[in-house]
Order: sequence, then structure tokens, then C-alpha cells
Amino acid sequence: MELVTAQNLTKTYRTGEVTINAVRGVSFSVSKGSFTSFVGPSGSGKTTLLNLIGCLDKPSAGRLHVAGVDVTSLGKTDAAVFRGAHIGFIFQSFNLIPVLTAYENVEYPLIMVQNVPVAKRRKRVEELLEAVGMTDQQKKRPDQLSGGQKQRVAIARALVTHPEMVLADEPTANLDHDTAMAILRLMKKIRDEFRTTFIFSTHDNRIIGEAEFIYRIEDGLLKTTEKGGGLSSG
Amino acid sequence: MGNLVKIASKNLSRYKRRTLLTLSLIVVGVLFVTGFIAVTGSFKTLMIGQITDSFVGHIQIHRKGYLGAIETLPLTMNMKPQAVKRVKTLLEKIPGIEAYSMRTKFGGMFSNFVETTNIRLNGVDPEMEAKTVPLLLPRIMEGEKALEKGEILVPELLARGMKVKVGDMVVVIATNRDGSVNGKQLKVGGILESATGPGGRDGYVHMEDAAEILRMEEREISEIAVRVKDFDRLQEVYRNLEANLSAEKNKEGKPIFEVHTWENLSPFYNIARMIDIMTFFIKLMLIAVVLISIMNVMIMAVYERVREIGTMAAIGTLPAKILSLFLVEGFLLGAMGAVVGSILSVVMIYAINLAQFTYDFGRQTGLVLTTTVNLQSLLVVSGIVIAVAVVASLQPALKASRMDPIQALGYV
Repeated sequence: MELVTAQNLTKTYRTGEVTINAVRGVSFSVSKGSFTSFVGPSGSGKTTLLNLIGCLDKPSAGRLHVAGVDVTSLGKTDAAVFRGAHIGFIFQSFNLIPVLTAYENVEYPLIMVQNVPVAKRRKRVEELLEAVGMTDQQKKRPDQLSGGQKQRVAIARALVTHPEMVLADEPTANLDHDTAMAILRLMKKIRDEFRTTFIFSTHDNRIIGEAEFIYRIEDGLLKTTEKGGGLSSG
Repeated sequence: MGNLVKIASKNLSRYKRRTLLTLSLIVVGVLFVTGFIAVTGSFKTLMIGQITDSFVGHIQIHRKGYLGAIETLPLTMNMKPQAVKRVKTLLEKIPGIEAYSMRTKFGGMFSNFVETTNIRLNGVDPEMEAKTVPLLLPRIMEGEKALEKGEILVPELLARGMKVKVGDMVVVIATNRDGSVNGKQLKVGGILESATGPGGRDGYVHMEDAAEILRMEEREISEIAVRVKDFDRLQEVYRNLEANLSAEKNKEGKPIFEVHTWENLSPFYNIARMIDIMTFFIKLMLIAVVLISIMNVMIMAVYERVREIGTMAAIGTLPAKILSLFLVEGFLLGAMGAVVGSILSVVMIYAINLAQFTYDFGRQTGLVLTTTVNLQSLLVVSGIVIAVAVVASLQPALKASRMDPIQALGYV
């Protein structure tokens, strides 16, 4: 079953007098529970594509369905509500809130986005911290954690709202190779455990192999669609 | 809401020094304003008390036109017994009146048998007068704190100039309304300390002596001073009295009486008003201080946290929630400043009272500055601070809530 379907998706920016065609008529689909990667060099349009799938941006043309909803015409507030209900985000720079502990960072979306009652909240946060192996570090603030640990907290935060899909834009770009591999395996383990669809972008060839489906993008166009090797979470 | 407050307070703790600096600015502002209100307010209350309780009373009733001619104390404009009776009936009926006193005011000559000078006198019933203006008898510096028949209370400056002492015999001579002159020998019963304001240097004689000097066949009254039970409800009593007395008309259909509160009778009212205006401007300054300091700190907070705001927006936080988070931060800054400022204000006011500062006003010297600040003023100042803090956060908070997540996430 398809979670994301895009048809002839186009995104054009205007910066002053210059028009940038970031995405130029791309069609693809991402099936539910898959571990999909968009691969391409910097400026290829993969971040724009992820922003479109994540309802952070609106396409200039084409159709896009996410979780059965036509998201092309969602308003600002509706898009925010949709993101809060269906999508988790993982960022390259982790984007944790520096004054909150690991526990509080994970808890944050349940307070600010979903307004979950306290007992249920505690159960979910503890469950996610356990899943990413950060239970011991839950009282530490981001500046007391390593890059890998921060990204684990970020993964827990992305999953705490039980989204159908997690979008990760270059989740390993700020990590060394071993840590990057560990993070990807963790993501995959969680995918297996929670049946959450993972879509991530990367330009790092060393980790591409971990993806099940690989979409190669260049100059805003989808070049190839490959099946990756990393089907098991090992 | 509790969680929002928790997150907001954690955000405020990011830059402790900056938060403390902003807070201290607000605290100093609150201290200044409450200190000013306490000092000037206490001064005002003291002076109003001195004026009303020493000689003016809270309200005065005259025959229409008397006040305009008060400098000459015209006997022809006194109220006749019939009119006085009507006022008296009304005063007994109206609630909120504690006491009233009938005065026969007149000007005359004061002689110590060697020298003669002029004097303004009030013929009063001592018991009624003491109830209406309770500070009159305490103003007697020398002699018994009472006024007996056949005695005169001589104002301090006149006693000094004329070199009269308690127990001396003096003569008071006055012209009655028919133009004939009469005199009466009186014993100096006491020397009266001067009070600030018109009437503060008048002498007092017993009502019966006044009637005798003025050869009044029936008692005529120039002035009825009224004391209300609760000073805060003065206007209410005044309006009631005014409404009733203005209904009393003469044959030509013109009002017989005029009623005034102390505000129209003492020039100190203008000083009191000036104090109120100054307090208003000091409050404006506080608003400016809080507005600028909070706006500054909140604008900084938004700029520093652009990426964080982007993250919040990306994960689905609604703009209204982002807005409220920043508003709560501003509210907390204002509330903390108001609470700490209020507590320190109480300490400061206590310290001022302990220090026993004294000041002089007019001829009154060595008045001890007794400052008080009521809960209402503290609540008003705190309310202003908190409201201004929230208003000052509004613009930065709106800016944060309207941020485009993509641009905010890409912000370096």
C-alpha cells in the first residue's frame, strides 16, 4: 500500500529576478513501512522534495498524496495539524531544545503538538527512550550528549507522536561513519518495531546501501529508482 | 498551561544574566513607583487629614454667596435660625455623617489693653467643634485642651506678637450687623498652633460669647462644618447633601445654600492634584521601562531561537501555541518583576518608616514621614507591569508564530 504518491511534482522558487526549478516534474511512490532514501548531491532538490512530502512547502504543480490526503492545497494551519498527526521529523543538526533534558525533548511534541495526558505521556516517552537506548541519559541536556546520542533523542522525539512516517533530511551528515551506521540501523530497527515508514535523504554513498528503496535525484529530476540491499536491520 | 509555563521558564533560564538584568530593571521601576506613591500618598493623606481635621472639616455649608465673600466675613450673609434648622434636620437624616458644627464667623479687634490688632474669630459649640474637627483641641499648645465660656483660643502668631499668655485678660471688639460696636473681656484659655491653609490662623470663642459680642438676638450661623464617617465615601455624602440642599429655594426661586467639600475650600487640593498628576507620569515612565526592556529581551529571544522556532513549527506546533509560549515568557518576566518589586517595596517602605524622616510643611515642622502603601496600589502597579510585559512580547511573539518553518530551519 502506498503512503506517498507524487505525480509530476514541480517546485519553482523565485529569488529576486532568478527562477529556480528545484523539482521538475517528479513522479514516485513510497510504500507503507518502507525504508526509502532520496540520494543526490547538494542542490539536487532532495531537501525540497522532502519538504514537499513533509507538508512544509507546497508544490508549484503536480499532485501529492500523503497518508491518503491530497496535501497540495492544505492551508498553513491545516498543514501544521497534518504534520503533527502524521509526520515525524529528524534533522541534520538534531535541533533539540538546549534547555530541555533528553526526556523533556522527547516529551515536547506530546505537550506542544498533541496535548497528551501526563500518565500516557510518561509511558510513551519512556517507551521511546528505551527503544533508542537513551533511558540512562534521559536527564542530560543536549550539550551533555554526543552527536549520536543527540540524534537518538531526536529519533525518539520524531516517533513519540506515533506518526505514520518519519522524514529525515541528512540525518547522518553531522556524524562520523560508525555512528551514522548505528543511527541508520537504529532507525531500521524502530521501523521493524513500530512499522513506521522512514524516508531519508543523503549524499553519503557509504550509507546508501542501508536503504531498501533508493531514488537518485539530479537537477530536480528523478534519475533512477533502485532497490537497496539493506533489507534487514541486522 | 502548566507545561507551557514550565517550558517558558526554562527558556528564560537560558541567559540567566540577561533575564536577571531585565528583571532588575523592572524591579527598580516598581520600587520607584511604589516608593513615590507611598511617600507622596502618605504626605497627601497626612496633609488632607491635617487640613480637614484641624479646621476645615470635610464639607462646609454656607448661605449661597458666602464663600465668595469669606474674606470679609460678612455678618449679613449668615444663615437665620430657620434655615439652620432645615440644614440640621437634613444632617440628622443623611447617612454617613459623623458630626457637624455650627460656626459664627466674624472679624474684630483684639486688644491686650496696650496694643490692638485685628482678629478673625469663630464662635463655636466646643463639643460639636471638637467632634467635627478632632485636631482642633490638640492644636492648643499652652493651656487646657478645652474651650470654656468666657475664654478665647488665641492663634500662636497673634499671641506672640501681642505678648499674651494663657490666663491673661483681653478684649475682643466687633461691629455687629447693625453697625454698632460692642466689646467683651475674655480670658486667654489657650494658645492655638497655626495650621497650614486659610482659617489656620483663626481664633475661637464660645458660641454664646460670639452671640453676646455681636448682640445677636437669635443665633445666626455663618458656616456649618461637617465630618463624614468614612473619608473614602466623602463624595457620596456630598452628592446626597448637595442634591437635598439645592432643592431648598428662596422666594425668587434661587438656591439658599451652597455646599463644598474640603477640595474647594483649601488650596492644598491643587497640590494634591499635582501629586496625582506626577504619580501618573511616574507610572508612564514605568510603562516605558517595562515596555522597552521586555521588548528588547523578547526580540533577542526570537532572533536567537529562529531555528528552534522552525523546528517547533515543522513538527506541527500550531502558530497560536508558539505565540502563547512567547507571551507566557513575557508574562513570567513581568510577573516575577512585579512580585519581587512589590516585596522589596514593602521592605523599602518599612525601612523608610524605621528611619523616621522628618519634613516641614508651611508652619508645621518636624512632621514624621510615615509611608504606607496599600494592597490596591501594589496590585495596580503589578497589573500595569504584567499587562505591559505581555503587550511588549506581543510583537516578537507574533513574529515567531508567523515564521515559515523552511526559512526558519535554514536560518544560520
